[in-house]
Amino acid sequence: MGETETRPELDEVWSWLGQVPDPEIPVISLVDLGIIRDVEWLDDRLVVTVTPTYSGCPATSMINFEIEKALRGHGIADLELKRQLSPAWTTDWISAEGLEKLRDYGIAPPLRNMGEQVPCPRCGSLDTELISQFGSTPCKSNWRCKACLEPFERFKCH
Amino acid sequence: MTAITVKSGDPLLEFLLRMGDNSLVLGHRLSEWCGHTPVLEEDIAIANVSLDLVGQTQLWLGFAGEVEGKGHSADNLAYLRDAGGFRNFLLVEQPNGSYGQTLMRQFLFDAWHYYMLRRLEHSSDRRIAEIAEKAVKEVTYHLERSVDLVIRLGDGTQESHALMQEALELLWPYTGQMFDADGFDEVAVKAGIMPDPAEIRPDWDAQVTRTLRAATLEIPQEAFSHKVAARSIHTEHLGYILADMQFLQRAYPGATW
Repeated sequence: MGETETRPELDEVWSWLGQVPDPEIPVISLVDLGIIRDVEWLDDRLVVTVTPTYSGCPATSMINFEIEKALRGHGIADLELKRQLSPAWTTDWISAEGLEKLRDYGIAPPLRNMGEQVPCPRCGSLDTELISQFGSTPCKSNWRCKACLEPFERFKCH
Repeated sequence: MTAITVKSGDPLLEFLLRMGDNSLVLGHRLSEWCGHTPVLEEDIAIANVSLDLVGQTQLWLGFAGEVEGKGHSADNLAYLRDAGGFRNFLLVEQPNGSYGQTLMRQFLFDAWHYYMLRRLEHSSDRRIAEIAEKAVKEVTYHLERSVDLVIRLGDGTQESHALMQEALELLWPYTGQMFDADGFDEVAVKAGIMPDPAEIRPDWDAQVTRTLRAATLEIPQEAFSHKVAARSIHTEHLGYILADMQFLQRAYPGATW
């Protein structure tokens, strides 16, 4: 393998991962989502630690594939993807930027400090109601805005 | 492909198979509703719950395969064991019946599952504690949803009330098994791997009483509870589930996407 190749800086690896979109919600990256828990070099092997969002999330294997594809594309030859269950993923790990991107995309972001209130991502009204606790993916619920009458999805606090 | 038999003997392995088989069989049962539920939101919800349970199965049976040490994956254990090799509760293999019956079965199981996982977060086995920590976040939603629906349908129309009461009476005798311990459990409890099943009963009773009261349903006074001599004994329904779930791997061994 790379005799004289230098190992890319970890910051650089993080920035590469920051460009890998989430397969289900492509406006946010895997780093925004907070599921990349650690990146480290063990000698010449790059170890990326990933935590699943939901244990049955079908995107999990797709996510691993995308990470591998991106890093191999940047010339990483020796790569290990490590799964970590604990501490369990929480939406508190979604970056501030990620929350903004979700809102702009039309998904109400998970905001714990809002309590039970879920502002409509389109008009901002707080006059909204839950239609169903489960949405198109395990991480979302279905809502309706009673002010602008639009249905919307909410990323559940988890 | 020959069927896999996992020999009983190791209480840790036995415990993992029990947890995994409960999630697997119920997850499969719920998946049978996909495309058939009364309303779209329910179709999505039940498929999501099913997905969570099958995801948790991968964690439990994946670990079971490692403990067994014969190179069996979670898929191998799910697809290649015969009915007598499954350790799930009789409750979770019961037919879906009416939608109300499915929801009642779900509620009775969710209440057990939630309090079981809460305790397993403190298991002496670190990996079990980690799986429980992950799973309980999902099961919290399952329980919230089934509590809500049992109340809405129990305290709903005359027809929905009657269906829920009928479902409760049908399924009630299967609930006692969730709190019975056998020799494996006793060893696992002593090792701190799992809580004493009987210890979950008071929390389960409180949750069930609270919910059924709000649902205006009458808790059966019938003390009869189905008991089996071993967890390998099942109702006739499990065989049909496996015939459906395992067909592809049995007919085309090793088939992949």
